[in-house]
Amino acid sequence: MSTASNERLKSFLWSTGSFLLIFVVWDLGVRAFKVPAYLLPSPLAVFVAIIEHWRTLGIHTLWTTGTILAGFLAAIVVAVPLAMLIVVSPTLGRLIYPPMVATQAIPKIALAPLFIVWFGFGLMPKVAVAFLIAFFPIVIDTIVGLRNIDPGMIQLARSMGAPPHRVFLRLRLPNALPMIFGGLKVASALAVVGALTGEFVGSDKGLGYVLLQASGNLNTTLLFATLVVLSVVAMIFFYAVELIERILIPWHVSQRAHPS
Amino acid sequence: MNAFIRADKVCKTFATRDGSPTLAVDHVDLHIDGAEFVSLLGPSGCGKSTLLSLVAGLIQPSSGGVEVGGAQVKAPYTNVGIVFQSDLLLDWRTVLGNVLVQFEMRGEDPRPHEARARQLIASVGLAGFESKYPWELSGGMRQRVSICRALIHEPPLLLMDEPFGALDALTREQMQVDLQRIWQSSRKTVIFVTHSISEAVFLSDRVVVMTPRPGKIREVMRIDLPRPRAIDVRDTPEFAAYVRHINKLFQEMGVIH
Repeated sequence: MSTASNERLKSFLWSTGSFLLIFVVWDLGVRAFKVPAYLLPSPLAVFVAIIEHWRTLGIHTLWTTGTILAGFLAAIVVAVPLAMLIVVSPTLGRLIYPPMVATQAIPKIALAPLFIVWFGFGLMPKVAVAFLIAFFPIVIDTIVGLRNIDPGMIQLARSMGAPPHRVFLRLRLPNALPMIFGGLKVASALAVVGALTGEFVGSDKGLGYVLLQASGNLNTTLLFATLVVLSVVAMIFFYAVELIERILIPWHVSQRAHPS
Repeated sequence: MNAFIRADKVCKTFATRDGSPTLAVDHVDLHIDGAEFVSLLGPSGCGKSTLLSLVAGLIQPSSGGVEVGGAQVKAPYTNVGIVFQSDLLLDWRTVLGNVLVQFEMRGEDPRPHEARARQLIASVGLAGFESKYPWELSGGMRQRVSICRALIHEPPLLLMDEPFGALDALTREQMQVDLQRIWQSSRKTVIFVTHSISEAVFLSDRVVVMTPRPGKIREVMRIDLPRPRAIDVRDTPEFAAYVRHINKLFQEMGVIH
């Protein structure tokens, strides 16, 4: 067995172990101090609740996942070309950049009620919030990545007679990929926050809605169950982006050694 | 006879951060023949790299003119191979891919050149490393790849800007011997920027000694040592005399105290 896969197995065992430890401490604590279930249910009760409500949780998970995915993908589709435009044309950059930063100065949660006025109670306003919150780190990191190239490399390319579009596609873009993925990973976590925010403000679907319902009914066990499902969704989402990163840029320094 | 490279009264002024202009290259006249190995030697910041960029057409002179192969250099001169101190290899490409990037950046199909690229890589002692990535190589090996990239399209002119400056002393000596061999077999014109006196004397047909900023030519010395020069040529009295003379020049200019 190679040392790399050995390392990966070890890191998997460690993370599994740390979660198990948390559950054990949680369970013992609840038993020892006789904490009532409406404050803190035991992990076993949460697990049972997930099984019990799997149909409800499943439907709402699908709904929220769709929102996250739509917002995240829309953010990529808009942010990456916009960043390219800003880097390629300084004039356009000066025009676009300040209002773009201004949109980030407004707290996104404050925009959610407006989006409901604009887009109604459907999927759209939630996707819009997820999009808006995920969009910014992708733009910023893509800009930094595209600009962050050794000036000597550009000189070398010019001495090879390379036209600007070739320099951009063959040098700047691949060189920026590690930074872009950094932005995507941050955005993947923020898209979850955005989707939830949208659902909190006005929704009858999604895990955010289930959370509010459970809270209103003091059903703390269901609340925890929803939180666990939500965390799992967010983690799967994050690691999916990381997996794509590993496949696309195996050459980058961040991919060579895996921290355990 | 017409020189391959002619710099006539070349001046280059840069705007500094506070807006005041700085003269980096001051009335440089330099003629270099085809297949000649010329070093530009001077202290840091003396404008020798600027002069190299002027020859490459990467920057334009403030006054005066540069001709390469009989034509005025008005834009980046592309019939050239350039090696910088930093190897500038692309992390996402293999050794072979990094050499062939020369053709891709020119919009040419690299595939017909692959066999020759492999030969070239082998000739600098990197046979078997063709599919390795830059981060799997040592600094000396990386710089060898970058030299291959500068040679693969067989340009008549090779510009080298302190190419061995980042290498350890032993690797550096080996690279100098190898570069001499490559130059002797390919007969290219080489302009080699360095601040190492012994490196300049060892490699060059002529050494151009430059003054501190603003960079002027202080003296052009012809190095009459037989080729090929072995590493122990440094122990000969002739070699020592050249080094001593250049040292004396730098002392007069206040570069060495």
